[in-house]
Amino acid sequence: MTGYVNSIQSLGGADGPGIRFTVFLQGCRLRCGCCHNPDTWQEKAAKEYTALEIAKKAERYKEYFNEKGGITLSGGEPLLQAEFSREIFSLCKERGINTCLDTSGSVMNQSVKELLAATDTVLLDIKYTQEEQYRSYVGCELEAVLDFLRYLDQKSIPTVIRQVIIPGLNDTEENIRKLASLKASYGCVEKIELLPFRKLCSGKYQNLSIPFRFEDIPEPAAKKMEHLRELLKKL
Amino acid sequence: MINTTKKDLHDNTIDVRGFIQKNYTPYEGDGSFLCGPTKRTEALLAKFESLLALERQFGGVLDIDTATVSSLTSYSPGYLDKDNELIVGLQTNRPLKRGVNPFGGIRMARQACTAYGYTLSPKIEEEFKYRTTHNDGVYRAYTDEMRKARKCHVITGLPDAYGRGRIIGDYRRVALYGVDRLIEEKAKDKAALAQKAFDTATIRLDEELFQQISFLGKLKEMALSYGYDISLPAKNAREAIQWTYFAYLGAIKEQNGAAMSLGRVSTFFDIYLEKDIAEGILTEESAQELIDDFVLKLRMARHLRTPEYNELFGGDPMWITEAVGGMGEDGRTLVTKTSFRILNTLYNLKSAPEPNLTILWSKDLPDGFKRFCAKLSCDTDSIQYENDDLMRPIYGDDYAIACCVSAMKIGKQMQFFGARCNLAKLLLIAINGGYDVSSGMYIGPRHPVLEDLSFEKVMERFDIYIQWLSHLYVNTMNVIHYMHDKYAYEKTQMALHDTDVHRFMAFGIAGLSVVADSLSAIKYASVKPVFAENGFIESFNTTGDFPKYGNDDDRVDLIAKDLTHRVITELRKTPTYRNAEHTLSVLTITSNVIYGKHTAATPDGRKAGAPFAPGANPMHNREENGALASLNSVAKLDYNDCRDGISNTFSITPEALGADSESRVENLVSVLDGYFKKKAHHINVNVLNRETLLKAYENPDAYPNLTIRVSGYAVHFNKLSREQQKEVISRTFHEAI
Repeated sequence: MTGYVNSIQSLGGADGPGIRFTVFLQGCRLRCGCCHNPDTWQEKAAKEYTALEIAKKAERYKEYFNEKGGITLSGGEPLLQAEFSREIFSLCKERGINTCLDTSGSVMNQSVKELLAATDTVLLDIKYTQEEQYRSYVGCELEAVLDFLRYLDQKSIPTVIRQVIIPGLNDTEENIRKLASLKASYGCVEKIELLPFRKLCSGKYQNLSIPFRFEDIPEPAAKKMEHLRELLKKL
Repeated sequence: MINTTKKDLHDNTIDVRGFIQKNYTPYEGDGSFLCGPTKRTEALLAKFESLLALERQFGGVLDIDTATVSSLTSYSPGYLDKDNELIVGLQTNRPLKRGVNPFGGIRMARQACTAYGYTLSPKIEEEFKYRTTHNDGVYRAYTDEMRKARKCHVITGLPDAYGRGRIIGDYRRVALYGVDRLIEEKAKDKAALAQKAFDTATIRLDEELFQQISFLGKLKEMALSYGYDISLPAKNAREAIQWTYFAYLGAIKEQNGAAMSLGRVSTFFDIYLEKDIAEGILTEESAQELIDDFVLKLRMARHLRTPEYNELFGGDPMWITEAVGGMGEDGRTLVTKTSFRILNTLYNLKSAPEPNLTILWSKDLPDGFKRFCAKLSCDTDSIQYENDDLMRPIYGDDYAIACCVSAMKIGKQMQFFGARCNLAKLLLIAINGGYDVSSGMYIGPRHPVLEDLSFEKVMERFDIYIQWLSHLYVNTMNVIHYMHDKYAYEKTQMALHDTDVHRFMAFGIAGLSVVADSLSAIKYASVKPVFAENGFIESFNTTGDFPKYGNDDDRVDLIAKDLTHRVITELRKTPTYRNAEHTLSVLTITSNVIYGKHTAATPDGRKAGAPFAPGANPMHNREENGALASLNSVAKLDYNDCRDGISNTFSITPEALGADSESRVENLVSVLDGYFKKKAHHINVNVLNRETLLKAYENPDAYPNLTIRVSGYAVHFNKLSREQQKEVISRTFHEAI
C-alpha cells in the first residue's frame, strides 16, 4: 500500500536509539504552538510512496545502524497513516531493521494497535503535563495521551518520553516533577528527554503564510535546560 | 623484551615492518591511561604560541633567511628552548624562520620573498643564474599545447615550479638501523649495478644512489651539529624518536615539496616506549612528554610559499600526515598505546592542523579506540579517517598516507604527484568544440559548437576531449617528473626507500560533482544553450528537475562513477615516465574555489565563477535526504578506478549527530563503520555549527585555534583566504530538522 511522505532524513541522530533513517509522514490534526514542521500538517499533501519503497530505501543504510539504529517514522503524525506505517515496519523487521515510532500518542484504534505490535521503541511526545495547556496549545486531551501510555505499558513496549521545553509554559520544576512521576508509574518508560524549543522553523511558517503562534517566545537558555535536566536526573 | 636481535638487524634485509610485527604490543583498551601535559610541555607550548601570534601579526610569515639556500647542513642548530627541549632540531637556526629553496624554481622563491616584504639575496640570485632549476627544465621541454592547457587552467596546480612532494621516506629506518648500515646497503646496491647493461635507466639510478649515499652522510653531519651521533641504531625511546625526527627534518630541509608526510611512526615508537616504561626508564607521563615534544616540533615546520600557491593549497599546510591505527595482516590490531598518545597531543597541545592525523579505520578496530577517535573529532575537528579494510588488501599493513589520501607502502612505493585537471571546464570546452569561453582561448581538437545538447551527443563529444586531455596530461606529467628527478631529486627521502622502488603517477580530477550533475541535467531535464555574440555557448538555460549527486540516487551517482572510470582508462593509454603506475584522485585541497573561478556557467545551474564542491563532495546544498544519503553517493565511486584517493568532507552540527556527547560519539562510530563498510575511501569529519564559523569569519583573532577539516587535511580557519572561508561557510552543514 501507499502513503504520504513529507521528507526523508537519512541521518537522524536524535530520533531514537543510535543512527535513525527518519521518515517524516505527511498529515497531522494537532496544532501544537511549538510545531517545528508545519509543512507536514495538511493531510495527503505530499509525495506518495509504497511501503516497500520506503523499506528498501531504509535498507540502503543498514551498514550504519550497528546494534541500535534503524528506521524512525515521524511526522506529521504517523498514527494517521497507521496501516501504511505498520506495513513499513513489518517489511523493515523482515530485513532485520529496528523500528521506532515518534508520535504524539493522540490516536488509538485497531490499526494503531497493529502498528505498535511491530514497533521496537516509541518516542512519546508528551507536550505538557496540564490538561488546559493541551487544550490551548495542542488541540487534544492529555488524558488520551496518557491512555496511549497505559497501552504501551500494558504491552511492555520500550518508551522514551520527550518534551519540548518552552519558556513560560513548561519550564517549571513542578512540570519536571510530574514528568518524572510518569516514569515512576509506568515500567515501559526507559527515559525522559527534554528538548529545547527551537525557532529555526520560523521561516517555514512564513513560506506557508501560517502564523507561528510562539513567534514571540524565546528559546530556553542553555543554563535553564541544564538545570532542568539535572533536576530530572535527581528525581 | 625487543625480540629482534642485533644479528637479525644486521644480517637481514632492511625490514621495519618485520621488526614491528615481532615486537609490538596491540592495545585493546580505552584512553583512560593517558596523561596530560607536564609543566615543561606547557611552558614550551606557551613559548611556541607567542611565536605563532607574532607570525600571524606579521602577515603569516615570521622571518625569512633570504641569504641561505636550505639544505641539511646549511644552518647552525636552532632551538625553541635549548635547555628544555627533549627532541631537538629546526629547519633553520630560529623557530618559524623560513628558509629559501630555489631548486624547484628561482622565480617562486623570489616572489615568495617579495610577497612578505623581503628580497632574495643577490648572492643566491647570482648562483642560480648558473644553475638549472626544475622549473627551468620543465619550461625547456613543455610544448605549446602544454603551456596553453596550463594557461587556460584546464590543468592546474602542476608541480612544475615547486617541489612535487608526496614522497614518504621511511624515516624509521634511521632509528632502527642507524645511518651507517643504511649507507652500507645503498653501497651494496650501487656496486651490484656494475653487473647490468649501462643503459639510461641504470646510469640514472647509479647517479641517484651516489646522491643518496652522499645525503645520508649529510644527515649524520646535521645530527652531529646538535650533538647526536646517528651512525648507529637508537638505543632507547628518546633516541628512536630523535633519530626518526632528524631523518624527517633532513627531508624538509632539503625539499619544499607540496606534501611532506611523515608515514606511520607511532606504533614503531611504541615498541621503544613500552620497553623503557617496563624497564623503569620512563613513566606514562614522561612517555607522553616525548610524544608531545615531537609533535610540537612537527607543528613548527614551515615552507616558504607564494600567495598564488596558497590559493591552491590554503592555510600554509605541510601535510605532515601520520597514519594511525589500522589492522595487521595477521588480524591483530596495529593500535598501540602510542596511537592514543599521539592523538592525545590534540588535547595536550590544543587542536591544530599538523601533523595531519589520519585514522586507518577498520571495522575490527578495538571499540575503545574507535570511541576515542570519534570523541576527538567531536572535540577538535582535527582528524580524518581512511578505510584500512579497503587499502590493506592492496598495500599490506605497513603503508601510510602521503598528503591527504594517497596510500603507499612505506619505503617501497613513491608517487609522482600530478595535481588535477578541471573536468567541468573540459566539458564546456568539448561542447564549444575546442574553445574555452573563460579565457577566450582555443585549445584541443576543433569541432563545431554542439548545439544539440542531447545526452548521447554530449557524451560522444566529451569522450573525444577526455581522450585528448588524458594524453596531454600524461605527457605533461612525464616532462615534469623527468625534470624533477634531474634537477631536484629527493636525495634524503629516496635514500630511505628500497633502491628498487615502485612508482605511481597520480593524476586528479576536479569538479566531478559539477560534471555529474550537468550530465544528469542534460539527460533528465531540459538544457538549452545560451549563445554569446561570438557564437560560443556562454551559459545554459536549464529547466525541470533532475537527479543530483549526493542523494543516493543511482541515476546520477553512476554517471559520476562512470566518469572516473572513463578518465583513468584513457590516462592508462599513454605510457608514463619510469613506467609509473597510473592512478587517479578525486581531491581538490582548497583549489575548488580557484578552479570554479576560472570556469564558466555549467548546465547543472552553477553560475560562472562559482566554487566547485571540494574533492568528491556533492555540490553545496543539493543534498535533499540528509547526510547518509550523501555518504552513500560518494561511496559508490570505485576505489579501483581512483587508487590515489577519493576525498569527502563531511560537516554536521552537534545537534544533528546526537542529543548528548555520549550519543554523538556512538553515532559517529556508527557513521564511520557504515560508510567504510560501503567501501568508501576517505572522510573528513567536522562537528560544528555554521554560526561558529561565521563568528570566526567576523573576528578571526578571537579564534586562533579553530581548526577545521577541509579536503584531506586540516587548517586553522583564520589562515584561509576570505574567499576560501566563505566557501567553507556556504557548504552543506547537515542539520537537525
